[in-house]
Amino acid sequence: MKHTISILVENHAGVLARVAGLFARRGFNIDSLAVGVTEDEKVSRITIIADGTAYTLEQIEKQLNKLIDVIKVRHLPTEELLSRELVLIKVSCLPSQRAELISIAEIAKAKISDISVNTMTLELSDSVSRIKTFEELLRPYGIKETVRTGSIAMQKGGASMK
Amino acid sequence: MASERMTVAKAMVKALTAEGVKTVFGYPGAAICPFYDELINSDIRHILVRHEANGGHAASGYARMTRKPAVAIATSGPGATNIITAIATAYMDSIPMVVITGQVSSEQIGRDVFQEADITGAAEPFVKHSYLVKNPAEVPVIFKNAFYIAGTGRPGPVLIDMPFDVQKAEIDFEYPETVDIRSYKPSVQGNKLQIKRAIAAIRNSKKPLICAGGGIFTAGAEKLLQQFMQLADIPVVNTMMGLSSVPADNPLYYGMIGMHGVKCANYAINHCDLLILLGARVGDRAVTAINRLDGITVIHIDVDPAEIGKNLAATIPVVGDVRYILQQLIEQAENYDHYDWRQELNTVKNQSEPKAAAKDGFVNPKEFIKRLAKKLPSDVIISADVGQNQIWTCNNIELKSGRLITSGGMGTMGYSVPAALGAKAASPMSEVIAICGDGSFQMQFMELATMIQHDIPVKIIVMSNNRLGMVREVQTNAYGNRLTAVFLDGSPDFIKLAESYGIPAKRVTDIKDADGAIDEMLGAKGCYLLEARVAEDEKTIL
Ligand SMILES: Cc1ncc(C[n+]2csc(CCOP(=O)(O)OP(=O)(O)O)c2C)c(N)n1
Repeated sequence: MKHTISILVENHAGVLARVAGLFARRGFNIDSLAVGVTEDEKVSRITIIADGTAYTLEQIEKQLNKLIDVIKVRHLPTEELLSRELVLIKVSCLPSQRAELISIAEIAKAKISDISVNTMTLELSDSVSRIKTFEELLRPYGIKETVRTGSIAMQKGGASMK
Repeated sequence: MASERMTVAKAMVKALTAEGVKTVFGYPGAAICPFYDELINSDIRHILVRHEANGGHAASGYARMTRKPAVAIATSGPGATNIITAIATAYMDSIPMVVITGQVSSEQIGRDVFQEADITGAAEPFVKHSYLVKNPAEVPVIFKNAFYIAGTGRPGPVLIDMPFDVQKAEIDFEYPETVDIRSYKPSVQGNKLQIKRAIAAIRNSKKPLICAGGGIFTAGAEKLLQQFMQLADIPVVNTMMGLSSVPADNPLYYGMIGMHGVKCANYAINHCDLLILLGARVGDRAVTAINRLDGITVIHIDVDPAEIGKNLAATIPVVGDVRYILQQLIEQAENYDHYDWRQELNTVKNQSEPKAAAKDGFVNPKEFIKRLAKKLPSDVIISADVGQNQIWTCNNIELKSGRLITSGGMGTMGYSVPAALGAKAASPMSEVIAICGDGSFQMQFMELATMIQHDIPVKIIVMSNNRLGMVREVQTNAYGNRLTAVFLDGSPDFIKLAESYGIPAKRVTDIKDADGAIDEMLGAKGCYLLEARVAEDEKTIL
């Protein structure tokens, strides 16, 4: 089962290592991880998508809370999740294929970020599942390189984590 | 308080003094020299151990007596890596400790310079928290926070790694009076509703049982536990870490649970209808003895929420300071009577054990510990090592008062002697006795010198069987008695060894001589070593 865990931490050196180490030690696999500073520059937010049973999830939340540099841990419920990931995909693209790819990009609401004689690089910010669909659409052209940021997420509606 | 200009090294010493630190255990090296150069100007007693791990274990023994964070010091690189086992041992048993390590100069970190080790990285899995100090100005706050974190909530070791240049930097020193760590606010008071539910469960129970662990000592709740069990008439068993929290002669006490526990304690835990876990995390070796859990109510009281539901599903979790929660329980509990349940347990308890015998030239280890137990003064501190000797000690010492300490969670061989040394340094008026095997003794006997040098008269009992006995027993039981790498041939003559340190020593090879030898040991003013020869095929598991 996939879980989205949002963690507010002190913006200190070494905090990421502590958090990542904890996941590794407790046998919780990280699918994706994204870190960035929050509205308060002394606080960073780590968003982790991880796989595990309810038992491991409970343990991981409790163990994370024990780390002194962890300010808050939230397991974000799937129904209330606003989640985005940014992806850059470089595909092979002959000049004759450009029009086709441009129309795919338009439909997917992706941007054309770069172009060369034989390639085109598309950029999309969307949910993980839509990114997957987008990737499938591009696959027939030949994907040369994909870079993803890892998901960032927040709860929908008026609630905030603070 | 006005701030004062000084080096960080001096500020470190001032911080220790401000924390009330009287004794530290350490081993120097170049990277920690600035600090040592200031330590000598203070009233703090420095005990030079003979190995950094032992410095850590000694601090652990010290902390278990004072119940406040104790301090161990090591230099960078090998000094720091040597102390990791002690940090991990303290972490597993929730012992408050502040470990200070020297580090290479800040600008050299990351270049693999001489004696550089990423100790905060290496020790990360075993610390409650750690600091690699980069900004000299933060030193006062870091020390204040380190002691606070180590000693509060669920205690544990905190590591402060001090680069050489940071120690020599100058700062305006002012020691903070208060602590404010926004992300660390351990909960003390249990949830009122949960306590109500616990009381209701106790009221409805016909066969309640308390399983008390090391958290009782952390909370300083021994008296409260006794008050509560007496009031509510509830039988008590211990985890290994909880041993000596209840006088063994209390009629409500039924011994240690677990893989190496006693029959009636394990019977109790398998036949109760309500299990009250008090400051116990019920590690796997304790749990293996529990066959039946469905249908019973489990009240789990612990200061660390992460322990609740980790090894054992709890019906009624209560997070908070065991001391505080026991007070609440005492206020709300009534005078119950569990006569039938006690009778049931007494029947198991009184089943006669096979007569303790031994081959010629050896003492029966259980009988030996029982004889020792009879003669112990009331303030005794027993420090048990790891292995068969530990199990024999734990199950037969039956302390009516005093304290037993041992490495429960990590099972670290070589803990008993340095921990005893630390305990004795903290409680010089108490009789402190380390009990170990001939294997573990050889992991720690260098500390005999520390005891002599610093006049810390600890008594040592070596239960020698010329084997790594516990491993031998495992090989006998699970590997068709194919014994390998468990023979201790080549060991020194322990009596001569002790004498070479100026420590009187005696060997007992017949139980007839045990009483006399024990009397002589207890009568000795200084250190004393007693070797009890134990047959190589003695068992812990019957
Ligand atoms: C540092 C360390 N290394 C290895 C072990 C594994 N181990 C557990 S008990 C034991 C044997 C201990 O032998 P000894 O000290 O002679 O005590 P005995 O069991 O014979 O009483 C060993 C090797 C351990 N617990 N700790």
